[in-house]
Amino acid sequence: MIPEIGHFALVLALGVAVVQAVVPMIGAQRGNLAWMEVARPASVALVLCIGVAFAALTHSYVVSDFSVTNVFMNSHTDKPMLYKISGVWGNHEGSLLLWILILAVFSLAVSVFGGNLPPALRARALAVQAMITTGFLLFILFTSNPFARLDPAPFDGRGLNPLLQDPGLAFHPPMLYLGYVGFSMAFSFAIAALIEGRVDAAWARWVRPWTLIAWVFLTFGIALGSWWAYYELGWGGYWYWDPVENASFIPWLAGTALLHSAIVAEKRDTLKSWTILLAIITFSLSLLGTFLVRSGVITSVHAFATDPTRGVFILLLLAITVVGSFSLYAWRAPQMKGGGVFAPVSREGTLLLNNVLLSTASATVLLGTLYPLFADALQLGKVSVGPPFFNSVFVPLMIPMLILMGVGPMLAWKRGDALGAVRRLWTALVATAAVVLGTWVLAGGSVVNAGAALGMGVGAWLLLATMVEWAERVRLFRVPPRDSLRRATNLPRSAYGMTVAHVGTALLVMGVVGNTAWKSETVQVMRPGETIPIGPRALVFEGAERMPGPNYDAIRGRLRLIDGDGHTIAIMSPEKRQYTSPPMATTEAAIHTTGVHDYYAVIGDPSPGDGAGAFVTRFYYEPFVPLLWYGALLMGLGGLVSLSDRRHRVGVPRRARAAQGASSTAAATTEAPARA
Amino acid sequence: MTRKKRRLYFVSLGLLALGAATALILTAVSDSLLYFYSPTDLRERPVAEGQRFRLGGLVEEGSVDKDGETIRFVVTDLVYTVPVVYTGILPDLFREGQGVVTEGSLDPAGVFLAANVLAKHDENYMPPEVADSLKESGYWEEGVDGAADAAQGAAPAGAPQ
Repeated sequence: MIPEIGHFALVLALGVAVVQAVVPMIGAQRGNLAWMEVARPASVALVLCIGVAFAALTHSYVVSDFSVTNVFMNSHTDKPMLYKISGVWGNHEGSLLLWILILAVFSLAVSVFGGNLPPALRARALAVQAMITTGFLLFILFTSNPFARLDPAPFDGRGLNPLLQDPGLAFHPPMLYLGYVGFSMAFSFAIAALIEGRVDAAWARWVRPWTLIAWVFLTFGIALGSWWAYYELGWGGYWYWDPVENASFIPWLAGTALLHSAIVAEKRDTLKSWTILLAIITFSLSLLGTFLVRSGVITSVHAFATDPTRGVFILLLLAITVVGSFSLYAWRAPQMKGGGVFAPVSREGTLLLNNVLLSTASATVLLGTLYPLFADALQLGKVSVGPPFFNSVFVPLMIPMLILMGVGPMLAWKRGDALGAVRRLWTALVATAAVVLGTWVLAGGSVVNAGAALGMGVGAWLLLATMVEWAERVRLFRVPPRDSLRRATNLPRSAYGMTVAHVGTALLVMGVVGNTAWKSETVQVMRPGETIPIGPRALVFEGAERMPGPNYDAIRGRLRLIDGDGHTIAIMSPEKRQYTSPPMATTEAAIHTTGVHDYYAVIGDPSPGDGAGAFVTRFYYEPFVPLLWYGALLMGLGGLVSLSDRRHRVGVPRRARAAQGASSTAAATTEAPARA
Repeated sequence: MTRKKRRLYFVSLGLLALGAATALILTAVSDSLLYFYSPTDLRERPVAEGQRFRLGGLVEEGSVDKDGETIRFVVTDLVYTVPVVYTGILPDLFREGQGVVTEGSLDPAGVFLAANVLAKHDENYMPPEVADSLKESGYWEEGVDGAADAAQGAAPAGAPQ
């Protein structure tokens, strides 16, 4: 009964979504306020309907109702409750349901918090949101119904892949979706602005926080996935440039560009048309990302063949979104007035460069990800594009961007003073040189390490330049400490947001460079009592024993991490587990972290041929990996700090709009003679 | 800076980025694309010794021989076979009779030295290239495909392999 209620709620939601997509749009076109206002109750109804459907599916999972196909395929009575619930979105149908639930919640947020938006813009944005929702609801109802029944109901389910039974992964997909779907807000606002044919600073002020929220979630989502891969998959890596990883990284790159161009659009009323285009591109890439993963076109070219309806539907949705929005852009964008002019050397100039580099990086990653698909379609053979391609394309694009990131915030808007900026940054420059030299000497001074030292230098430069920029703002050491403190407390939160996020980026860069350069790995057979050096420490193998778990059987190794003098630092217990439902083996790595470096141990199969109690073991010395997690965390936190700034100024858009109206008429009058 | 000059600046910046990206991609593509070979492909189009490529097929039943950290097994597409040597710990989902994709190169004796053995999340997963090569050699069972598709749904969004 409950699954049928869920199914019915979805059909109802489709009706509501169609109404919300059509009526407010017509109302906005005709200037009929009553029709425009339909969007607000509709968005509440939409959340209720989709919420009921989601609750119904969750209920089926919680009570293990195996008459529902989806539950049978992905759940099992023995599974812990957390994973029964996370199993709801651990599969194709359920994850799409979560997708539209989040989409509906974002729409509701516009209705609730958008009280001071111009009614027509709000109505149009909500209508566009509803169009996206309609598309997805049709997709779910026609090709991926989560409530399909199974008759007769099987006795027990097939279980969730044990690799996915992990707290890190339980929250990874929702985070990622919040990010993907969050970019729909920027998209809807962009489309609404194109229909109105008007983009002003107030528009950018509205779009920025939504983009920021989406970006923060996507950042955390990607970091969570990367962290999970690192500790769960047992190969000691955090990023493999796998198509599925890239699918989330491409919109992240575009979203980062959007975040920065929206600043220019808001503060300087320029780059508006580009910001709109980026908003469209970012969301299109989010859609593409969702579909690449969900349809399996990349990991399995067969997804189209095995389920043609699903694949065709996906392509259709994507095509409508992309073709429709780009046509609208091509038609309306030229009518938008360009904003203020600026010199190449200025804050806008560096932000524009950052945008160019980020978009180029995003495009190259996209190309590398889709290349196997093109090659297969064009009969060029079956190829795979691996990490070497991405490393040699992506890294050269990021180096100039990271260097610019240190300089940009020091430049003034409109016309910057490059020489002055360099003069103010000389301390950072000298310190960076010292870091490069110091790292190189400490690492042994060989030619091989020179590249790594320079890479660490790029990270250090960004860190130091960001700190110097903050010190300049509070006039540290130039005015009495009390004045500096006062300045520091008065700095806007968005400034702190930038500082924190850029420091995070710097840590991330140093983590990646340091780990790539100095990581080491050993594989060997070990008898109990044997010792193997790993990095600056060593591991003693003390044997392994069988350990039964709740729904698995494990072999647990006992390893002692010792320092140079033989003192015990930690006991590490890697496991190899054999799950019963579904029957599958997993590796549980043991990780000891010092806060800067990780020691990572994996136990493999027994090797009786090498003596009693002998096991294959694999150890990794993972220097600087924790910096990566700190960096990602700080980036997200920076976004949140900046967001808290906006929240304090909820009333601002209204006042600013009034002021904006006045100043834009003023600008128009001053502009007219200039044109003539 | 006038609007005209600014437009020129934008356009040249865009072209510069495009050029740089093209140059980077062209240099990277030539030496980092990995081609996929089935044992039959390898027989028909021999690969030079030391040339890196991907070899895929089924792990032949009864062929896995573990000697400490060195593992020997045979990859087959049920027509031809290729012996493989791998040093390290195999992925959890590696099993006899299952599909596998390995990355590495041939030694002078024609043995494939695998640097990487790739396995996916799911025990029912069949690498698409392997499925294709099995279809070509005429040993594909349709039933397996359906199971693989159903299992595909279990992989989470954004989860790396």
